[in-house]
Amino acid sequence: MTTVTTRPAGIRPWWIIGAAGFVILASIAGLLIGPISLNRGQIILDVLDAILPGSIDTTLTEQQSVIIRNIRLPRVVLALLVGASLGTSGASYQGVFRNPLADPFLLGVAAGGGLGATIAFVFQLGDGRGVLDPVQILAFAGAMLAVGLTWVMGVLGDRTNSATTLILAGVAVASFLTAIQTFLQQQNSNEIRRVFAWVLGGLNTSGWSEVLQLLPVAVICIIVLWLSSRTLDVLSVGDEEATALGMSVGRARAIIVTVASLLTAAAVAVSGLIAFVGLIVPHTIRLIFGSSFKVIVPLSTAAGAGFLVLCDLLARTLLTPAELPIGVVTAFFGAPFFVVILRTARLR
Amino acid sequence: MSALLDVRGVGVSVKSTTLISNVDLQVERGQWLSIIGPNGAGKSTLLRAIASAMSSTGDVHVDGVSLSTLKANERAALVSWVPQSPTVPGGMHVLDYVLLGRTPHLHPLASPQKRDVEIAEEILDDLDLTQFAGRTVETLSGGERQRAVIGRALAQQAPLLLLDEPTSALDLGHQQEVLSLLDRLRASGERAIVTTMHDLTLAGAFADELVMMSKGQIAERGTAHEVLTEANIAEHYGANVRVENSGGTVLVVPRLENSSPATPSEEQP
Repeated sequence: MTTVTTRPAGIRPWWIIGAAGFVILASIAGLLIGPISLNRGQIILDVLDAILPGSIDTTLTEQQSVIIRNIRLPRVVLALLVGASLGTSGASYQGVFRNPLADPFLLGVAAGGGLGATIAFVFQLGDGRGVLDPVQILAFAGAMLAVGLTWVMGVLGDRTNSATTLILAGVAVASFLTAIQTFLQQQNSNEIRRVFAWVLGGLNTSGWSEVLQLLPVAVICIIVLWLSSRTLDVLSVGDEEATALGMSVGRARAIIVTVASLLTAAAVAVSGLIAFVGLIVPHTIRLIFGSSFKVIVPLSTAAGAGFLVLCDLLARTLLTPAELPIGVVTAFFGAPFFVVILRTARLR
Repeated sequence: MSALLDVRGVGVSVKSTTLISNVDLQVERGQWLSIIGPNGAGKSTLLRAIASAMSSTGDVHVDGVSLSTLKANERAALVSWVPQSPTVPGGMHVLDYVLLGRTPHLHPLASPQKRDVEIAEEILDDLDLTQFAGRTVETLSGGERQRAVIGRALAQQAPLLLLDEPTSALDLGHQQEVLSLLDRLRASGERAIVTTMHDLTLAGAFADELVMMSKGQIAERGTAHEVLTEANIAEHYGANVRVENSGGTVLVVPRLENSSPATPSEEQP
């Protein structure tokens, strides 16, 4: 018998080290660089002191320490969480729909979230910051409602709730909700700037409240999606064959779509519509590390997290003291980067 | 009840069109049954119905258990299916592809364990695919790919193996190779094999028994000698053929219009 040297697809140890290294380096860069320049060594010491209280003395003033602990650190952590959420749900959507164009906004999450946020802005219910602000609640509710509507329409259109029917239903729902959102926005043009700012995404935080709100949802949903990654591999042979292989395709798709949508909606609620992360991060991982979702899903979590921290770093430093919408940065730098990856991976 | 596969009154209708109706079929362990019939007779539909890849009426029992009472994974541990044109997932290694067959034996959230990988490696070795384990499925030739799909089905370790046109995309050499492989699998006596086939001569040469389907129903059933008669083929295929017996093998040879002596050739699909 010839010796089998091939191993089953899965995460290799050095990939975990690389992914962790990327996330840590991106986070350190996010902490060190900001509009107010501070001693970099002291920043690191202060963060370590925040993690292990009372253990380290720094020369930072009280005020400087507040900037680190209550402005930069929560913002970096929020970027990590949102990026991880979008990367993971994007990878899961691409798997469950077997569609390379799938992204976390496929089933109407963006349109529904946008409508919810617009309603909150137009009726001046809140500003989108803090814990369970009305903008966040309505954005979350709108996003989940849109996915629910898409699902119902998809099932009505085709009892087997096939991937194609769902995608088409998502297009219809998104168009419909966007029409309402645009109408509301035009009727209330004094709120148009706030709506646009939200739509383009942003990670403005008020202390740790947004982080604490997203953290539990993100952790649970991401773990469930990691555990579902083999299911995505089985689904890659199509519904019929996956059924014959013993998969309850309808149920698996319902669970994964629900969890990925929940994760996206929770991220959208605190960060607006940050485009492109959920689309290009999983693709980049696929092109570099191979097509098994056991690899793509967890690495997309890490890569999405690190990528969004770096994009946020650019968003808040490029035009200091003004801030760029982060959605502009993700698309402006993400698109050329993706083209380079696409070229080099194909040439290999 | 002794039959491994017991199909009773199975029918499939799609949007008020009846594709097959009232099909009864029994196959024993160690037996190879081949379903033949003209295009549109319902051969593939019957296999899909047995594999639960499409919904049907009637009852299918495997190993004495009604499939309709089972969960998807329990069913897949009893019935494995090799479709006619399998979906080839991009970038998947042959080893991972064969491991997909372990799905019925794994918890939905679990990964293949050491034992699963060993089973897959044994199958790759058995099918002479070990050298391709690290290649992606789409880079394999037609014959290698067909073996990989059969490998995936074997990894299910199901007693019933269904194959839809396992040789239709293959040249003569690879057809023989795949059919000899199935013959070897059948010979172990552990499983029953049901294939659909276009090539009547090959179907008769390898299978223990033939079932001829026509218009969604079973028209004839028996040994190659009983089923492959000039009259049957004329009636159900509308084909003008000569049937010869060559050392126990039934040869089905198309008659040419000018009735010049025909050489044995393959039945055209």
